[in-house]
Amino acid sequence: MTVQNGMVLLLVLVLAGCSRDTNEEPTQPFASTYTPLKSVTTVIRGATVLTGTGELIENASLLMSDGRIKAIGTKLRVPRSATEIDADGKWVTPGIIDVHSHLGVYPSPDVQSHSDGNEATAPVTADVWAEHSIWPQDPGFAAALAGGVTSLQILPGSANLIGGRGVVVKNVASRTMQDMKFPGAPHTLKMACGENPKRVYGDRNSAPSTRMGNVSAYRQAWAKAESYRRKWDAYEENGGEQPDRDLQLETLAEVLRGKISVHNHCYRADEMAIMLDIAKEFGYKVTAFHHATEAYKIADLLAENGTCAAMWADWWGFKLEAYDAIRENVALVEKAGACTIVHSDSDIGIQRLNQEAAKAMAAGWRVGLDIRPEQAINWITSNPARALGIAEQTGTLEEGKNADVVIWDGDPFSVYTHAEKVYVDGALVYDRLDPAVQPVSDFSLGTRDDTGGQP
Amino acid sequence: MTLVRSALCWLFFIAAAHAETVMIKNVTIHTLGPLGTITNGAVLIEDGIIGGFGIDVEVPANTRVIITEAGVVTPGIYDPYSYLGIEEINLVEETVDGRQSGSRFTASFDVVPAINPRSTLLPISRIEGITHAMAAPQPEWSDAHLISGLGAVINLGGTDDYLVKGGAALFVQLGEGGAASVHGSRSAAVLALREALEDARDYDRHRNAYDEGRRRDYSVGRYDLEALQGVLNREIPIVVSVNRASDIELVLELAEQEDLWLIVNGGAEAWMVADRLDAAGVAVILDPTRNLPEHFESLNATLQSAARLHEAGVKIAFSISDSHNSRNLRQLAGNAVANGLPWIEGLRAITATPASLYGPEDGIGVLQIGRPANLVVWSGDPLEVTTYPSHVFIDGESMSMQSRQTLLRDRYMELDDDTPPAYRPIQ
Repeated sequence: MTVQNGMVLLLVLVLAGCSRDTNEEPTQPFASTYTPLKSVTTVIRGATVLTGTGELIENASLLMSDGRIKAIGTKLRVPRSATEIDADGKWVTPGIIDVHSHLGVYPSPDVQSHSDGNEATAPVTADVWAEHSIWPQDPGFAAALAGGVTSLQILPGSANLIGGRGVVVKNVASRTMQDMKFPGAPHTLKMACGENPKRVYGDRNSAPSTRMGNVSAYRQAWAKAESYRRKWDAYEENGGEQPDRDLQLETLAEVLRGKISVHNHCYRADEMAIMLDIAKEFGYKVTAFHHATEAYKIADLLAENGTCAAMWADWWGFKLEAYDAIRENVALVEKAGACTIVHSDSDIGIQRLNQEAAKAMAAGWRVGLDIRPEQAINWITSNPARALGIAEQTGTLEEGKNADVVIWDGDPFSVYTHAEKVYVDGALVYDRLDPAVQPVSDFSLGTRDDTGGQP
Repeated sequence: MTLVRSALCWLFFIAAAHAETVMIKNVTIHTLGPLGTITNGAVLIEDGIIGGFGIDVEVPANTRVIITEAGVVTPGIYDPYSYLGIEEINLVEETVDGRQSGSRFTASFDVVPAINPRSTLLPISRIEGITHAMAAPQPEWSDAHLISGLGAVINLGGTDDYLVKGGAALFVQLGEGGAASVHGSRSAAVLALREALEDARDYDRHRNAYDEGRRRDYSVGRYDLEALQGVLNREIPIVVSVNRASDIELVLELAEQEDLWLIVNGGAEAWMVADRLDAAGVAVILDPTRNLPEHFESLNATLQSAARLHEAGVKIAFSISDSHNSRNLRQLAGNAVANGLPWIEGLRAITATPASLYGPEDGIGVLQIGRPANLVVWSGDPLEVTTYPSHVFIDGESMSMQSRQTLLRDRYMELDDDTPPAYRPIQ
């Protein structure tokens, strides 16, 4: 084991320790076995840097060593042994983070054998974990990496009211899901409002078939979870006979204990307001609404509740609850001071989240909102990192953070710009100019005419 | 340089439906026509047609002058494969008229009666520079017929002359979709298509006998036999959705044998048979950003598709194959350019080429003096994701830049307004 691997492992243990308040809690199964690839001390010089903390620094240098960002600024002291990257005319940003992806659970090719994202057999399936469906050989991971994506949340689909646990992974080519799992990242819970659950179950003439049916089922689930949590907390505190484990309620109880964050697919403003009230009733927090095409109508409410909106730049109208989407949605949420995120929910869109953020930023300009690139970059870096509970580790270019870094061959908010080099924990994991540093999934081997290189 | 004017346009001018005279100044004009690109120029729109291009032009009286800051003028964007006008909300069945499987009509299924020129999608798309679209029946869904029917070219300019050309192309699916549509194999799908074409030929030669009931049974009904005549006579193209290289080769052979005017739609692996497509003069409609092996028929999808097809000489047009996202066509073009396609070809693939696919259209897809003015004024490079249109002209008429989405936006711009949203004045 190398020194840096040891350090990461130590960090994992420390973080894991921090997130635990009692010793009795069982060790999490399916623990991360992620190990960074080999890295060398590297300095990137002369770039325009968007830090993800709201700053743009011209002609800056960034020093990465032992997987961490060691220094950033215009005048750095750099060890002589450091590999120098001349980034004159280039831009540097934190690694892109997609807060909403189904890579691996709905992988390419899109065939029935690969349809692993929705356990659409019951409206509440809090017991299932998206990570158990992830196929690490999904060619979409490599394509997303070419778009600068270094971390992503993989979620169950939205067929169910409570679809199961989501997971945060590092976008590193791996044999196993555990090797991708972001060390220390908390689990998440996927919930869904509105049309999808009521269509899926209503069509089978079973509950829920209405929005009120949706709400009743969420509340029933939380009510059960609350009593389960009390039973187990009492057992943890006082001992006695160990209560039976219920994997559904175990997940929900962890939400109520604040250990699992809630990511709620929800389009309409009025439904988001109802979901916020359900959260208040049962004492949990909605970390982020996803899709949130009507977030602009209640951006003030989102700001007040500290709930993020994760949005597309411009998708709309494919179903009725997306009919009121507007191009300025993202910009107006930013204007209201709420946590603003641009997400993909697409294996194509994830390859150019920078362009999606650019469109959203420009939509703001059109209505006179002065949104700067150094702000807009937060939508796809630091803000999703916050929503995923990994902001201590990644999402910004700050000393001590994981060196998840993208060098762009120009302004990342231009359609013509490519991610040229991508680093995860200081290791070069993608180089547009060097096919040897471009991961190729097992599936692509022998199925493509021109292997070696990106699709 | 003075204003270049066509004498013709003065001779044949059409009366005053388009009274407004407009001069757009300080623009780079990509005509995609004989005049190429004009930098630092001006465009004159008179009586609905392009009166001229030039620098320091004389401005006729009562002319509205639009002076841009480094603006760019291009032909209006033309979506070569959309559901605009025949679909409002995909998951609200009642609003979707582009797909059908229950009826017995296939080739004769015509979208024209279903077109709704008041669809909210049209203003939402046109304020983003989309001026024309092919409204096509949808072949790509689970229960679709092998032959989906006839599409129509529409303009997005309003409720009057929105229909540019009905029955403009016949849409068909082969490959995986075609196989599914006949509940079987590719081989069965291509047989079914061949049989329908042969039946239509036979019908044409023996109409009287058919009417008198003296012909063998045909595989399709009378309306469909009639509708297929346009394809057999090469009056309209047959647009075949197909992705795998071998499926494209198969359809190229079929088109040659049956003497069809073929357009390939989808074409994920078209680049692999680019030389054959070029030799056959077959154009390809594709989404250049679809680079994943989404299906087993698109294992070789790549971001290089557009550039490779263009290099081989194949005509390409870009489409996103849906109803709501035509406004992202220029982002597709930008990405194709970022992956090796020359810039002007990126623009051509969303303007001039699609406009030429379904037969030459007068004043659509190119800017020419004396021809109808269908153009967009952009804040900058139209293929860039941060630019937007400031003005859109369809048939010389300046379009309102309002849509349902801008109304919603304006209503919710200020959340701390004391007036409840429902009472806020419409701006």
